[in-house]
Amino acid sequence: MMTSTSQTQVRTRSRWPAMGDMLLPFAGVAIFVVAFEAVVRLGVLPQRFFPPPSVMVWALSNLITQPEFHWALWNTLSSWAAALLLAAVFALPIGFAMGASPLVYSALRLTTEFLRPIPSVALIPAAILLIGANVEAKIYLAAFSAFWPILIQTVYGMRDIDPTALETARSFRIGRGDIWTRIMLPSASPYIGTGLRIASAVALIIVVTMEIVVGIPGIGLMIINARQGANVPNVYALILASGLLGWALNTMFAVIEARLLHWHPSYRSVTP
Amino acid sequence: MKFNRRQLLNLALELAVPAALITAYAVWAAPRNDIYFPPLQVILSAFVEDWLGAKVTADIWPSLRRLLLGFFIASILAIAIGLVLGTSRRARIATAPLVDFFRSLPPPALLPLTLLVLGVDDTAKVALIGLVCFFPVLLNTMAGVGGIDPLLRETARMYGIPLRDRILHVLIPGAMPSIFAGLRTSLSLAVIMMVISEFVAATNGVGYSIWRARRSFDIADMWAGIILLGILGILLNTILLLVEARLLAWHRGSRAAASRN
Repeated sequence: MMTSTSQTQVRTRSRWPAMGDMLLPFAGVAIFVVAFEAVVRLGVLPQRFFPPPSVMVWALSNLITQPEFHWALWNTLSSWAAALLLAAVFALPIGFAMGASPLVYSALRLTTEFLRPIPSVALIPAAILLIGANVEAKIYLAAFSAFWPILIQTVYGMRDIDPTALETARSFRIGRGDIWTRIMLPSASPYIGTGLRIASAVALIIVVTMEIVVGIPGIGLMIINARQGANVPNVYALILASGLLGWALNTMFAVIEARLLHWHPSYRSVTP
Repeated sequence: MKFNRRQLLNLALELAVPAALITAYAVWAAPRNDIYFPPLQVILSAFVEDWLGAKVTADIWPSLRRLLLGFFIASILAIAIGLVLGTSRRARIATAPLVDFFRSLPPPALLPLTLLVLGVDDTAKVALIGLVCFFPVLLNTMAGVGGIDPLLRETARMYGIPLRDRILHVLIPGAMPSIFAGLRTSLSLAVIMMVISEFVAATNGVGYSIWRARRSFDIADMWAGIILLGILGILLNTILLLVEARLLAWHRGSRAAASRN
């Protein structure tokens, strides 16, 4: 009770600088960029290794028009999507089974606990050896890594279902199918959404890693090539691009989640 | 402790499936003599020979040193900066887009950059690991400080508690659960970065050793190295969880007490 009072006080007090708050993120970015530019231009950091932000953005704007960049982006994105889809196809049914049946849960718990913390990049040499240094290896390994977050979140979600709702449905003799579609899936869905969002980030990490370490076509290989050609601004521009890509995918998932799950208590906008 | 039948069945199931998987591999691989899937005892003897002998100091120690140095330096810096940025609401809002960007950046993309700027020596690897570990801890420290009950902070300030004590007794403990969530994320990222930086450019280390085994088709050695990395991953994770359980015992206790009411 005390907490909420003090928070409302803070809110009302700061009604006036609300406009200022909206500008703050822009100010933050601007200060960072200007400071970086100044530090490089004044020679505090060697320009050979640290191009000023203006040069990076210029390099990026040149890159976006090149077909080579489009091809790399398409390669990375298509591998990412295939990996995420593959991971979901396997993780969701296993997660549902583990969440719904205590027997399946006990049978698979220890195995998943042991397999999950294994860094999937450790499997890169095995993947190259067994599948080859190709796109399939990239997709399979990324799918393997993305499998775990979806599985874990689905199991959490299924085990977090309100038992009262479940027992109410049972005592009203609601059919199994309806229990699944009306109680189990809806209440597990925010967890599954979170799992998919984490899995998307993990899949992108592994796809880029494979491109960099093994040299498979994509953004990662482009970065390596830019480094070998000593094209420093392009190295930074491509890193900037991969950061923006990660950010865009993350935002996309957050928006889709908010759209699809607007009815769920954890997504409802707070009305004090 | 007494187990009932149900718990015994669960325990048996939990142990039976991994055991069955290992046995299945042993039975399946032994007669095949497949170059890619050597018999279990060959992998195990490679493991004992490689990783319980000279390679402990020659490869495991250099790898661990890089990982721990990067992880600790980055964590200390990130917690310190996060405590400062987290106390000011405006600083939190102003830095949000930058922190968001660096969080979304796939960390391995930074590998070519550190190779370019810092080269291939240990400093470059430590810097890379540190760079990647920095952001999850920073973000979670800021969120943790931001999530502390404002009443608590204001009370501490009103009673004239000195800044040092406020940081030590209000901010750090209040943000601790969130900081540990960040530490867990960054530790697993540290393992990833250690391994791939050793794949690409190194003269020793666990990653290097696995990569060399693959190149020279010492398949059993490669599998043994992968198993070691798995064990290292699990061990580091477990140690961090134990430290967390120790340091956050008061937190769990108070949460449990609150939920009982």
